[in-house]
Amino acid sequence: MTAARALPSPARYALALGDDALVLAQRCGEWVTRAPQLEEDVALANIGLDLLGQARSLLTYAGDFAGRSEDDLAYLREERDFLNVQLVELENGDFAVSMARLLVFSSYQLELYRRLSGSRDATLAGVAAKAVKEVAYHRDHATEWVLRLGDGTPESSRRMQAGLEAVWPYVDELFATSSRHGDWPHPGLVAEGVAVDPSSLRDPAMSYVRSVLGEACLTEPTPRWTAQGGRQGVHSSAMGFLLAELQHLHRSHPGASW
Amino acid sequence: MSDARRDWPLWEVFVRPRRGLSHGHVGSLHAPDAAMALRNARDVYTRRGEGVSIWVVPSAAITASSPDEKDAFFDPAADKVYRHPTFYEIPDEVQHL
Repeated sequence: MTAARALPSPARYALALGDDALVLAQRCGEWVTRAPQLEEDVALANIGLDLLGQARSLLTYAGDFAGRSEDDLAYLREERDFLNVQLVELENGDFAVSMARLLVFSSYQLELYRRLSGSRDATLAGVAAKAVKEVAYHRDHATEWVLRLGDGTPESSRRMQAGLEAVWPYVDELFATSSRHGDWPHPGLVAEGVAVDPSSLRDPAMSYVRSVLGEACLTEPTPRWTAQGGRQGVHSSAMGFLLAELQHLHRSHPGASW
Repeated sequence: MSDARRDWPLWEVFVRPRRGLSHGHVGSLHAPDAAMALRNARDVYTRRGEGVSIWVVPSAAITASSPDEKDAFFDPAADKVYRHPTFYEIPDEVQHL
């Protein structure tokens, strides 16, 4: 496999955004048969499939730079070559953790895609424009649940707050442009109008999240540590298990199809 | 979780497939309240582009005819052939009647 680090910068950018969508799609899929209700199984499966569709477009585009297919990139890359933020690989936890994650991630992704739909890269702009409506619904779904759980019973409120505490160390990485592992995205891409400066998304995304937390009678956590390095391929211990499940069928039966 | 499953009320879902048609009953689902029922209905019943409008109604709000009264309710209408407007000549120009 061409190491992700060797790809040209537009491909790396598409790959990173595609990996966010791919990995969170896998986490959404894990909820199927485990959600509180059959209806919620379907809702989370739909959200996962929306994300998978975005991932397919972005990985296909990234792969075109290196003569690799979307399947090559999804199934045959090693962990160090995945460029997703660590927020999406975080284990599902209980339902409140997953809804806290979905609220933050979809708020970030909605602002990202709105801006990216004006990218000078026509493919990225097209993928983003199509995905805006999908992600708006993801954010709405998470919002409805955070409001109900946060402003529900003492037990639901306690667990929703605990969900926020579990997720908040991973929030900063969404908006970070540099860490001790390197810079992201490539500064040239932002200057050329291809990529979006993630730090510019923090205010609009987080002001929405804060308005939901306020209405839900929840408190924004102050994390004692923050995740970093996902964009450079540095991942948490959860990532290897996720990839094992995602990739094992394809690797055990190369070329299998149905 | 089993408590939640018992507590969530049932909702009947009506979907309008496209403009100009009326809402038709498509099924039912569980949801904690009307707003979530609408969202669940969107996910369960319109994920393949089946509709442009959704109504959800608490199942408990529907008054239904009783199967026990079926004969008295419906059988008398079965042999009133004169109630059907079938004795008119329909002009050729009239379509979709």
